[in-house]
Amino acid sequence: MKIIATYNIKGGVGKTATAVNIAYLAARDGYRVLLWDLDPQGAASFLFRVKPRVKGGGKALIAGKRPVDDAIKATDFTNLDLLPADFTYRNLDLHLDSERKSTRRLRGLLTPLRHEYDVVVLDCPPSISLLSENVLHAADLLLVPLIPTTLSVRTLDQLTDFIAGFDGQRPKILAFFSMIDRRKRLHKEIAEQLPAQRDDVAATVIPALSAIERMSVQRTPVTASSPRSQAARCYRELWQDARQRAKLPDPPVQP
Amino acid sequence: MPNALREFVLADDAAAPGDDVLQVGDPRFEIADGGRTRTLRRTWLDTFDWRLFRAGLTLELRSGAGVGELVLTGRDGDLLARVPAATAKRPAGQNGERIRWPCLVEALPLGPLREQLAPVAGVRALLPVARATSVLTERRAVNDDEKTIARLTIDRMAVTYPRAATAAPRLEVAALRGYQAQAGRLADALLGVPGITQAQHTSLESALAASGRKPGDYSSKVDVQLTGSMPAALALAIVLGRLFDTAEANVPGTVKDVDTEFLHDLRIAVRRTRSVLKTAGKVLPGTVVSQYRPEFKWLGDLTTPTRDLDVYLLGYSSMARKVLAATAAELRPFHDHLARQRAAAQRELARGLRSARFARLATGWRQSLAQLAAAPARRPEVSKLAASRIARAHQRVISDGSAITAASPPESLHELRKRCKELRYLLEIFASLHDPAEQWQAVNELKALQDCLGEFQDTEVQHAELRVFATQMMADRSAPAATLLAMGEIAATLAVRQRQARAEFAGRFAEFASPRGLARISALTRTAP
Repeated sequence: MKIIATYNIKGGVGKTATAVNIAYLAARDGYRVLLWDLDPQGAASFLFRVKPRVKGGGKALIAGKRPVDDAIKATDFTNLDLLPADFTYRNLDLHLDSERKSTRRLRGLLTPLRHEYDVVVLDCPPSISLLSENVLHAADLLLVPLIPTTLSVRTLDQLTDFIAGFDGQRPKILAFFSMIDRRKRLHKEIAEQLPAQRDDVAATVIPALSAIERMSVQRTPVTASSPRSQAARCYRELWQDARQRAKLPDPPVQP
Repeated sequence: MPNALREFVLADDAAAPGDDVLQVGDPRFEIADGGRTRTLRRTWLDTFDWRLFRAGLTLELRSGAGVGELVLTGRDGDLLARVPAATAKRPAGQNGERIRWPCLVEALPLGPLREQLAPVAGVRALLPVARATSVLTERRAVNDDEKTIARLTIDRMAVTYPRAATAAPRLEVAALRGYQAQAGRLADALLGVPGITQAQHTSLESALAASGRKPGDYSSKVDVQLTGSMPAALALAIVLGRLFDTAEANVPGTVKDVDTEFLHDLRIAVRRTRSVLKTAGKVLPGTVVSQYRPEFKWLGDLTTPTRDLDVYLLGYSSMARKVLAATAAELRPFHDHLARQRAAAQRELARGLRSARFARLATGWRQSLAQLAAAPARRPEVSKLAASRIARAHQRVISDGSAITAASPPESLHELRKRCKELRYLLEIFASLHDPAEQWQAVNELKALQDCLGEFQDTEVQHAELRVFATQMMADRSAPAATLLAMGEIAATLAVRQRQARAEFAGRFAEFASPRGLARISALTRTAP
């Protein structure tokens, strides 16, 4: 089981759009996928038409009083399940803090699911917190959407340095530029230069496209609703890159 | 198809194109299009004697566009194991061929499917018991968020084997994970729709029912219902008819050499028949008995060489494991010799079963039984015949067994074994006249004695045959010295087993001949109504 997390300290950079499309593409390729919507806003749950509610809330999940698999819901797509958001996730930091090995609790919760799923995708809320630290410790691969600004690059450096200080397992990082506006010169320059200079930045970019924005209206991943669109093509390229970097073996179930 | 939460049967007119019947009229749910219609070719597999069905298992080979798998499900339709059909090949070293049905479990790929089937199917081959083509139309049940909560599959099944027929359309409702409660409410609502009823049978049972069969319709047991006041001649005609049904049912499988148990069941049916002919006395017309006793002896003798070699080969692995000094490779020429001998015996057997003599026997025997049943003598009643024959057979077992001492020759145990078989067959043939619990106990006690005598006699025969095999192998120069030495080890093992059986005999017989055992047989012969 490989854990892939979409993470950025900033909000509105395309984390959820990436998480739902990567999860869908992995499932379409035949992997058994669980997407955990960790964001109390519940955007990923909304996109899959699943009510953002978990019995007992985040506290029961973190404390292990309610098994994680009790809360899992199937999406409308084969091989793709969702662990929905819950508004109580806003207090996850508090609940995590009361547990032993508080920075590794999330990985522990996912361990019993290792025979059931090949890929777990974590859609994280924008923050730097105990929850994000848990995500960083749990993940095998971090997908980091970047807005093409100088500040974003600095944020990526900070994240890399932070992870370098981990004992034991460290996630791989795959940053990529998101919400690129090709008409803007700065966007174009940064999106072309940085992947050439850094191995942890993907050559694939996700442009700012109305098809991606419309996902929240259609309530379905753009890779499913418009598989021939430019947006879908970009996400497929990103998924292929992520799959290789996460060293995922061939799927057990043929699509 | 996912595991169904509930299954329904649709009335023929309810499954018309468009499937409007599925509009449940419940505001909580809507039925939406669920994607393409697909065609699935389905083959259900079981042993000839329905061991999987009796164990609550269903094995199905499904193939269609993009699908090809062997699926094993349990009593509630729960998935137990699944193997992609593309990899359902013989294990490495066996040419990597695709499975050809019928096949033994050992030809299936290693894994959970084979592990669960092996103890159930045993030595019996898996063979197609029904075939059908299903046209599957998918629908989705969605809630007020337009979220799918259940998948509905309408299955229009055309049965192609054992007989072409159309089964009533079925509807399967499969809940999505996390939506079981909502899907349960939907299933309840569907029950209120005219033309939809809860399915009482599985797809396999429906396919078979449409073809005029039902699972479990074969058993080697003498399952006839007799009443005590029935004329004995009529009862015997019924029993003999049933026995010949069993014998004939096993002929094709024996001729095609599907597995060893076809011959075994055929042989037992013939033995039981011979036993009835021998013990019937004047109840059956003398002309019938004198004409058919030699014919059934011929049939029984025809089956003996192949069965003896089957017993050897079925026990070969166990015997080979007990050999200490020799290696498996040294013993191999012996196995190959047995296999060659068996192939020759099987050809002879198949020839006999395809012969005009067997055809004449079958036709004539059926006619004789029909005449017997049409005008049976009114006396004696079968309860009287059963009681006297069982009492007499039991008495012979007791007297012959009591005469056996430590100094008795092996032949005396062999004779006792034959007497025990006669008693066993009588108990089984007249079982429907007896109290089931008493009958079960009596057969079990007799079986314990028979097992001991069987072990003694089988090891005696195998030991004698081993000498014959060694002589044959030396004559045709297929036996290296190392193989003969290894066979010597087997002979020693057989001798040890025979001694053990001989030592156990006195205790087993004493138990059988105990006052409790005697009282049971007396009770049985009194219980006939």
